[in-house]
Amino acid sequence: MTEPIVKGRNLVKRFGSVVGLNHADFDLYPGEVLAVIGDNGAGKSTLIKCFAGAHPPDEGEMWLQGEQVEFRSTHEARERGVETVFQTLAVAPALDVAANLYLGREERKSGPLGSVLRMLDKKGMRQRSSDHLQNLGISTLQNITQAVETLSGGQRQAVSVARAAAFGSQVIILDEPTAALGVRESAKVLNLVQDLRGRGISVILISHNMPQVFEVADRIHVQRLGHRAAVVTPQTHSMNDAVAIMTGALQVPENEQTLTPLSSPA
Amino acid sequence: MSTPPATTPDLDLDDEFDYKRSPVQRLQIFLHRYPWMSSLVVLIGVILVFALVNERFLLPATVSLMLQQTVIVGTLAIAQTLIILTAGIDLSIGAIMIFGQMVMANFAVYTTASNVLPVAGTNPYIAILLGILAATGAGAINGLLIVRFSLPPFIVTLGTWSVFMGITLILFKARTIQGPEMPELMKLLGDAFPVGPYRFTFGFVVMFVLYLIFAWVLKNTAWGTHVYAVGDDPVAAQLSGINTKRVLFSVYLVAGVVMGIAAWITIGRVGSASPNVDAMLNLQTITAVVIGGTSLFGGRGAVIGSLIGALIVNAVEMGLSLAGVDQAYRTASIGILVIAAVGADQWIRRVKA
Repeated sequence: MTEPIVKGRNLVKRFGSVVGLNHADFDLYPGEVLAVIGDNGAGKSTLIKCFAGAHPPDEGEMWLQGEQVEFRSTHEARERGVETVFQTLAVAPALDVAANLYLGREERKSGPLGSVLRMLDKKGMRQRSSDHLQNLGISTLQNITQAVETLSGGQRQAVSVARAAAFGSQVIILDEPTAALGVRESAKVLNLVQDLRGRGISVILISHNMPQVFEVADRIHVQRLGHRAAVVTPQTHSMNDAVAIMTGALQVPENEQTLTPLSSPA
Repeated sequence: MSTPPATTPDLDLDDEFDYKRSPVQRLQIFLHRYPWMSSLVVLIGVILVFALVNERFLLPATVSLMLQQTVIVGTLAIAQTLIILTAGIDLSIGAIMIFGQMVMANFAVYTTASNVLPVAGTNPYIAILLGILAATGAGAINGLLIVRFSLPPFIVTLGTWSVFMGITLILFKARTIQGPEMPELMKLLGDAFPVGPYRFTFGFVVMFVLYLIFAWVLKNTAWGTHVYAVGDDPVAAQLSGINTKRVLFSVYLVAGVVMGIAAWITIGRVGSASPNVDAMLNLQTITAVVIGGTSLFGGRGAVIGSLIGALIVNAVEMGLSLAGVDQAYRTASIGILVIAAVGADQWIRRVKA
């Protein structure tokens, strides 16, 4: 059996007296789309933020590709190829599309202009941003120098997703990527998720939308009261089962769960 | 960084771009991108109006005087702009500048007779450097309090304003150091040189060069981008991997350096070093920044706008004064300008695609 690409054990995260994560376990296997579902306050976002580097867990251990890691910032996670689309999108509204794609990893000009004067390679970054968007099929964001706040909600989401997809070499985490989108745009993001899997990238998808989850996920991690209640698949369990697990009405014994992928994903 | 060619889902959002914009919306979007443009238009308008009303307004002597009058507020406005871009504010800016200039002057002064420091006659280059260092240190204290203890900049700088003023008075008494007591280098930036019929001071040149430097740095370096990002949305900036605390601290530190240079310029402009230069400097710099189109909410604006803003204030003051308008009306008119500028900013920020 292959090793998980992302593994978490006994993760605990407290916010004052509120327990966000209560000894949560987590496994993401290479090349799969793992959906994370759960009721409000179940700790979905808290869980993925540990792996994204947005906040370190108070207790517990995390592994990436079999190597134990401690992410103290999103920057550290990104350097290891873990990219995240946060629920809040984390884009700077006043900056343009290209600046947002490269935010926090700006590239400098070569030669003394870059090394001594630390001058940014704006032209190059714009060109490559444009290429990234084209590759992702978001080519219609024609003006790469447009401020993000002049874009619609769907387009902003596209920028945020594009940023993750362009740089995420190992794992891409999507926290409610379709929450702000209409039906048609949501379908496009789901297409993108499947496309990422096709490129061999592992995807964590948080969503409240059950039909979406059952459409794209290989496995479904059900989070409840701050820990992993069960891992099931769309093949073994129905949407009603999933909701029942979320609410605690149904308990799945471990031998009926899908803690490791059924077969190696295509 | 290369992305493997994808078997691409069609993620076209074409129809979202299928809309028409009215001329007003287009203006709004243009100003959104170049917020200082409206200030430039106002400046040109102000100059035109006053030039028509009074032919003395455009006399080389008047223009030269206006430019010279801009240097103190203009230079400090660079520091204020950097801080306001991060959604902060610095009320201690005048106090830090005065602190810096008193450090400079008291080190450089010829005799210890009337000096509290027993170190009179320090090499003026070293004295200036010490003054700039003192201002930088003061800026660092502001930055430390704001970043390390997460205190609001308004409160921190309101407090340090009094603290720095107090320290200056304690260390240097309330004594003004007169021009003749200081070496020439201290007053160099007040010296003027002719350009045709106009006269520029070296202080103006230094200020202008500082504007060019900061305009370039903000536009062309990662630090500049991060300053905007931190002011725009600090949480988003942090999640994007930016060390927001370091950026914030560096802004207050760099602003301190600029205030130190402003201290030197002020000694040249005023011709002496006094702890009672101008208690209104804090507010005047904020006025210049706001009229220059930089948003008090952070993340939007440009240093060049603040120079335009400072020039507008001076042009209005000068124009009204030449027209024989009473000081009280002049003061009030600047206030109206500020409110109009903030109103314009609010409108521009509401831009929607």
